[in-house]
Amino acid sequence: MGTIELREVTKRFGNVLANERVTLRVPRGSIHGIVGENGAGKSTAMKVLFGLYRPDAGSVWLDGRRCIWRSPADAIAAGIGMVHQHFLLAGPCSGLDNVILGAEPRRRGLIDRTEARRRLEELSAQYGLAVDWERPVEALPVGMQQRVEILKLLFRDASILIFDEPTAVLTPQETSDLFSNLRRLRDQGKTILLVTHKLKEVMALTGTVTILRAGRVMGERQTARTNPQELADLMVGRKAVLQVQVSAGHPKAEPAIEVSHLTLAAHHFTRSSWAARRHGGMPKICPAERPRLRDVTFSVRRGELVGLAGVEGNGQSDLIRALLNPASSHCRTSGSVKFLGQDVTGWPAARIRALGIGVVPEDRLEQGLVPCWSIEDNFLLGRQRQAEFNRLGLLRRAAVRTSTLREMERYDVRPLNPDLPAEKLSGGNQQKLVLARELEQQPSVLLIAQPTRGVDVGAIEFIHRRLLRARDAGTGILLVSSDLDEILVLSDRVLVMYEGRILAEYGRGQVSERELGLKMGGA
Amino acid sequence: MTRIGLSNSGLGSPFGFRLSAFGFSLLRSGLALGLGLGLGLAVTWIAGENPWHVLVILARGAFGSRYDSGMTLFYATPLVFTGLSVAVAFHAGLFNIGAEGQLLMGALAAAAIGAVWPGLGSPWAVVAASVGALVAGGFWGAIPGWLRARRGSHEVINTIMLNFIAAGLASYVTLYLLRNTASQNPETRPVGNSYLVHQFACFAGAPVSLALPLALLAALAVWFVLWRTALGFELRVVGQSESAAQSAGINPARIRLLAMTAAGALAGLVGIGEVLGNAGRFRLDFSPEYGFIGIAVALLGRNHPAGIVAAALLFGALHKGATALDLETDHVTREVSLVFQGLVILCVCADGLWTWIKRPSPGQTDAGLAPAPLERLTT
Repeated sequence: MGTIELREVTKRFGNVLANERVTLRVPRGSIHGIVGENGAGKSTAMKVLFGLYRPDAGSVWLDGRRCIWRSPADAIAAGIGMVHQHFLLAGPCSGLDNVILGAEPRRRGLIDRTEARRRLEELSAQYGLAVDWERPVEALPVGMQQRVEILKLLFRDASILIFDEPTAVLTPQETSDLFSNLRRLRDQGKTILLVTHKLKEVMALTGTVTILRAGRVMGERQTARTNPQELADLMVGRKAVLQVQVSAGHPKAEPAIEVSHLTLAAHHFTRSSWAARRHGGMPKICPAERPRLRDVTFSVRRGELVGLAGVEGNGQSDLIRALLNPASSHCRTSGSVKFLGQDVTGWPAARIRALGIGVVPEDRLEQGLVPCWSIEDNFLLGRQRQAEFNRLGLLRRAAVRTSTLREMERYDVRPLNPDLPAEKLSGGNQQKLVLARELEQQPSVLLIAQPTRGVDVGAIEFIHRRLLRARDAGTGILLVSSDLDEILVLSDRVLVMYEGRILAEYGRGQVSERELGLKMGGA
Repeated sequence: MTRIGLSNSGLGSPFGFRLSAFGFSLLRSGLALGLGLGLGLAVTWIAGENPWHVLVILARGAFGSRYDSGMTLFYATPLVFTGLSVAVAFHAGLFNIGAEGQLLMGALAAAAIGAVWPGLGSPWAVVAASVGALVAGGFWGAIPGWLRARRGSHEVINTIMLNFIAAGLASYVTLYLLRNTASQNPETRPVGNSYLVHQFACFAGAPVSLALPLALLAALAVWFVLWRTALGFELRVVGQSESAAQSAGINPARIRLLAMTAAGALAGLVGIGEVLGNAGRFRLDFSPEYGFIGIAVALLGRNHPAGIVAAALLFGALHKGATALDLETDHVTREVSLVFQGLVILCVCADGLWTWIKRPSPGQTDAGLAPAPLERLTT
């Protein structure tokens, strides 16, 4: 039986030791988990294996032979494939074109689509990966996009598949589909390396697991002989808190958000996604038949945390947009939105934000940050008009710097260097940066979407604590999340959204995870 | 489109030591320029001249005398304005191809005001004509800005089309409404004497006027607004990421309209140097495509005002020097000198060339696929 090995791999970025003598040994035909906090060096190790990085010391071995990758092309030729957290797909092209891109079967110099199709359908049947081959990938559900990515690797005869945080963008249903697909792949002899920080997934799927912390291997465990608590402790390096103790909120009488009969007709979204995006930052996937908002009515009081549960694409993102841009007909056809008792219908977004409305958007890199800008500039984003940082239209750079440093320390954003571009931060630190920016303004209302997506254990705990603290200080919070645990633990009330409607409402502790899951499916 | 600007980081270090963002840009521009000059000289060599000789004539033509230096500065001044115009739009994520039309409108407005009210009193005449240039250019920039903001139609197409309209409009006004009947050339009636601004005497007759300090002032103002004010911050956010701008409560449509208006106004200011500081009238075809060279100036200057001033000076010198080549050599004709200038612009614009020269150590590049193929090329 062959093995995939990293031997004593060391990789240094400037002063940061990303990997220090990382050794990893995975027998073929197994699922191996690699867990660790953000910045622990998981991705670096995988990129060394995949040939994206050259190790400073140490080596990669396949089946007992030493391999030196000059580029990922070499690794791919040796049968290694990687599914990145952010898919590398050409949106407007069909699934078929995406898969064959760069490995086109040819006949007399022309692309042989029939042959490609035949081979793909064979693969698709063999591994049970159903894909709609004809539609543009951007119009496919995220789970199917991921299957396109997997088939891309299989089409290139990959036998070792690396998955970097594969469930970060998936719904619960899609996640369980992915898991059965991964098991099937393993049963057919593929080797799977699963990079994740979700312990639940590691426990459910892997045979063995390697724990990394601060660039070093902290241990290797048989999954059957360990438990989430032990793994978490190894990852964090101290006794980890997996479940934050949550006391019920004490909502005040004042309303924070009041939404009544908010409706958004689907026909506003029938133009092409390209045009729509340029106009109002619409979602990338917006076929006309998708549900929008239908007669949405709810309220959130000050000091209350209301969770909005639902499978992604059921109108949650539209709702957030409608709350922030109630004037735009792309966001709202009828109905009214009130913040703090004020009817803001017809207000521009900037004026609404000035009421004291904080927003943590679902997509940090796309909406929450300017990735190539410094942490300091990102900290200023959206606050450039506030008196603290602005005098008669001029920016007070010194005040920005002081404030950035102070909040980076308070929110534990690492590394503590405000000049670093935000894109160099790990997901958890990026999220802490956004959260620091929004919470530091002590907002009366906070709209927060997917706060812990792609965020590690330690940071999740931290973010949850901060949210609860803000709630207790009187902030009215609307939490949109597709993570059921998160919703159930944090929310004082839970709303379930399905096809643009609020389908159900539960008080704290009134609903089980199972029941909520079913409701999210429209039952 | 690659993102260019001093605010960008992500610096690889090609020589084993770390460069500041500024030094890095400078190095990059310098290399592009060197390559362009080298290729250009190679062309003159093929044409049958000694490249060293060509280089000497170029330098002497551009800086050989006070007059020559003055002419270099005179050519550079409009390029500062158009370079800034392109850069301001670029920072807002817009590509202003319309500086040529905007400067025509600016110059035309200044000349028209001067021709219609020649008797206006001394300080007011200059103020009126300058404001006219500013407003006319701004208006011409605002049109594509508005179309982009409200209708989503692309500013590249619209600015190109508006260049044609501006050229047509300028011809019409010059030939039919304000024609100078005393001259054989297509030009408007001269403006009143009170409109003419001071020319610096130290350049031995080269028409270097107050437009030059105005251009430097404009560069300073652009830098200040972009990097020191909330408005400039918002403009740059929109240029980087529309969705981030939106969730920060910034209205991208408003910013775009503003940016294009400002870009147009900057280009319109070219009219001051030409009409009030040089010709005293609007001459059709006065611009050797300052608007388009402005794009190259902004690119070479990395969209930073200081870089733009330097790049404008360089292109001014190249323009002046190339004129001398035409006169003083046998084989380098006007056409060859145009090829020469074109090659320099081409190298400057081919930003991607840099990635061939740069060899990133994987540690200093982004986690992505991009560096890998390069490694293969260089090892």
